[in-house]
Amino acid sequence: MSALVIVLIVCAIAAAGFVLGRARALASAGGDIRGLHSLPSYYGLNVALAALLPALLLLALWSIAQPLLVERSVAAMLPDGVDSALVMSDVRRVADGLALAVAQGALSPQEVAALDADATDLRATLGDVGVALGSAVTPEILDAARTHRAMSATGDLWRAIVVIAAALAGTAVGWSVTNSALRARNLVERVALALLAFAASVAILTTLGIVLSLIFNTLEFFRLYPASEFFLGTTWSPSFGGGSELGILPLLWGTLYISFIALLVAVPIGLFAAIYLSEYASPGVRGIVKPLLEMLAGIPTIVYGLFALLTVGPLLVELFGNGGPLGLGWMDGGTAVMTAGLVMGIMLIPFVSSLSDDIINAVPQALRDGSLGLGATRSETVRQVILPAALPGIVGAVLLAASRAIGETMIVVLGAGAAARLSMNPFDAMTTVTAKIVSQLTGDADFSSPEALVAFALGMTLFVITLVLNVFALWIVRTYREQYD
Amino acid sequence: MSDAIAPTPPARAVSLHATDARTRRRNAAEKRFKAYGLTAIGIGLAFLAALLFAIVSNGSAAFTQTFVEVPITLDAEEIAAAESSIVKTSKYREIIHGALLEQLADAGIETDMDAAELGKILSSSEAAEMRDFALANPERMGETVRFDFLASSRVDGYLKGRVTRDALARDQNLDAAHLDLVDRLAEQGIVVKRFNWDFILGADASDQRPEQAGIGVAMLGSFFMMLVVLALALPIGVAASIYLEEFAPKNRITDFIEVNISNLAAVPSIVFGILGLAVFIQFAGLPQSAPLVGGLVLTLMTLPTIIISTRAALAAVPPSIRAAALGVGASKMQSVFHHVLPLAMPGILTGTIIGLAQALGETAPLLLIGMVGFIASNYPDGVVSGFTDPNSAMPAQIYEWAKRADPAFYERAWGGIIILLLFLMTMNFIAILLRRRFERRW
Repeated sequence: MSALVIVLIVCAIAAAGFVLGRARALASAGGDIRGLHSLPSYYGLNVALAALLPALLLLALWSIAQPLLVERSVAAMLPDGVDSALVMSDVRRVADGLALAVAQGALSPQEVAALDADATDLRATLGDVGVALGSAVTPEILDAARTHRAMSATGDLWRAIVVIAAALAGTAVGWSVTNSALRARNLVERVALALLAFAASVAILTTLGIVLSLIFNTLEFFRLYPASEFFLGTTWSPSFGGGSELGILPLLWGTLYISFIALLVAVPIGLFAAIYLSEYASPGVRGIVKPLLEMLAGIPTIVYGLFALLTVGPLLVELFGNGGPLGLGWMDGGTAVMTAGLVMGIMLIPFVSSLSDDIINAVPQALRDGSLGLGATRSETVRQVILPAALPGIVGAVLLAASRAIGETMIVVLGAGAAARLSMNPFDAMTTVTAKIVSQLTGDADFSSPEALVAFALGMTLFVITLVLNVFALWIVRTYREQYD
Repeated sequence: MSDAIAPTPPARAVSLHATDARTRRRNAAEKRFKAYGLTAIGIGLAFLAALLFAIVSNGSAAFTQTFVEVPITLDAEEIAAAESSIVKTSKYREIIHGALLEQLADAGIETDMDAAELGKILSSSEAAEMRDFALANPERMGETVRFDFLASSRVDGYLKGRVTRDALARDQNLDAAHLDLVDRLAEQGIVVKRFNWDFILGADASDQRPEQAGIGVAMLGSFFMMLVVLALALPIGVAASIYLEEFAPKNRITDFIEVNISNLAAVPSIVFGILGLAVFIQFAGLPQSAPLVGGLVLTLMTLPTIIISTRAALAAVPPSIRAAALGVGASKMQSVFHHVLPLAMPGILTGTIIGLAQALGETAPLLLIGMVGFIASNYPDGVVSGFTDPNSAMPAQIYEWAKRADPAFYERAWGGIIILLLFLMTMNFIAILLRRRFERRW
């Protein structure tokens, strides 16, 4: 019985429990709602929750534990010395195939039991039901798969029985404790509160998932490839045949260079725009310009990537490449640090400007009035009073923008090029940490090779860098905001 | 109290009405400063205009497509012969090319090309199209049916001005003679440009046939992902916000959760892709490239956005509402669910729509869970397979087109961006409308 069917059955039981519990509560109060501690529906909900929660929890635990147990006992059957991960995936596929063949009627259960890997062409049989196998099935794998299938089938049957029994038992217990004095609302609300708290902790679980998935795979990578060479290596040349050099320095350099150019574009423009909008612009102008600038923030990064690749890149080549009007010949191809940096800068303008705008607006009006009252012009007020007061916040905003730039992926994947090199020329193609994560993890890479695992180490580096920047920036912004509250 | 009196400043040498050098300098600095601000805004708006112009001017061509109208007499014997041959499509192709040659003769256009050479102006999908029609409509045997075949991407590009005759000189598929022919055919109305529904509704095509590629299947993939995001992120996000805003005790755990949420909001999206790959695909064994996995990853990514805006909406409901509910005997839980939540709903929905729009445009994490390559090739069979079968999403499909070698795909990519932006604009517009219509100022 599939998990979905079990869930539906449990829900049906819970619904029945709701009706029964509500009726029992009303009956125990003699049909007079005033005799009850809580509203009738709370008694129903109480019974329904008693049915649902234990059953669903059991279902989840069982669904996680069963495959682990089955695989462990099947792996024990296999001869030692084979690559167990690969063989296990074969076993799993054959087992799924057999289950499918029986379900579609291509094989009967008796035929499965009598199958002989040497005599029958199992691969063709399974191919007919839509399960493609890479190689012919050996007797050991067939045996293991048969055991796998048998154990899974038994497990699934018991899972259905146990879960439904738990739901029924929960209903029975909930129903039997129902009487007019039961504090049903308090019970239900306690469960609801626990559910709310669980939802809030999803954020912690996500962080935990990120950290664990990064750490385990990074450690695995460092077992295959020395950490010192990864952090200090100046060459990046992965080759899936082996003998790769995987130094992060050229990638970090590319990342920082592109981010630097992006900030060089975004910070002055964003900051001046914010100053103008908050100090000079009339409400009418502000009402039009601010949403327009923020439109830039709502445009997906893939659009910026395409803009870099197909519009800005060729334009820059025309200007700075061979035979351009400036006759410089600095640029060979459209994808370069400059292309990606410039476009990323455009993307960050609204980010810098709206953050700075908030911060400048948070500077108390009294400071402005005082400065203007002393005879300072508006620009002097901005430069000598507002900016110094807002400086920590603006630094925080710039750091947040930097973290955004370092973590940006699509613009650099499309606009920065694929060559990892340490060069000072901003018109060279370079590549970044994020771009290499994408290129190492897409395609049919084998996830146990250092060339694929390196992406996790890169991700870890990226995560740590952006995390430090974010925490620092948020800390600055927060302490600064409190200053005037 | 100080009795000290500041010394009287020396009398001004010039009249107060005339600005002195220093004032002029200060006024000039003021003007300059203001000009910097205006320039910055001008540059920002100019970038926006350039971006929109690039999108519209490059992308609008994707919505029209060149077709070649060829009347073909369906001959039962010919079809049967084609079906019994080994390479079926090549037989159909011969039929089509013969018909095209005949049509040329009828139209009075002379050419010394043979049928196969002439066929190069058609897309290589033509044979499959005719075969599908012939097999689906056996009752129309013997009739003359007017087929609208897609023109090859180079002919299409030539009529749209993307491919020039100079560029074709280096092309081994098509040469100037073909283009002359295309010009004559276009005059006669045999080669026509029409609105291209197949781009909006169709599936992706292999990298040999840009003229056939459409974004429809990827759009469906995005739709299924958004369903997952909506079904998970909205309830979890609202529940988490209610807990943090209304119930959470002030303690370390609550602080830790809040720090986590604000950090997750700033974690690079690609890291969520790594999480999806490691946890959902490697660990949990969910299928690669499935919209279900994409939806889960985007849910985790969108949650902080939704939580932050929902908390703002809850905090905006005045405490007097809560106090009134508690005062008439409601429990804390009842006051929140019966009174605060309904009043905060417009704000929550606005935040959710904005979060969804963000998720709809996200690309990087989808690449890591396998939404790259030629995968959006067929419509899913049903609702379940819509969630679990490999599919692409709109932004991932755009990326895929941008990566392909044939420049004809770039036009598709820009066109895809127009569709994507239309969706985003609609969503944001709805969000603004909701805010205007329902938001209450207390």
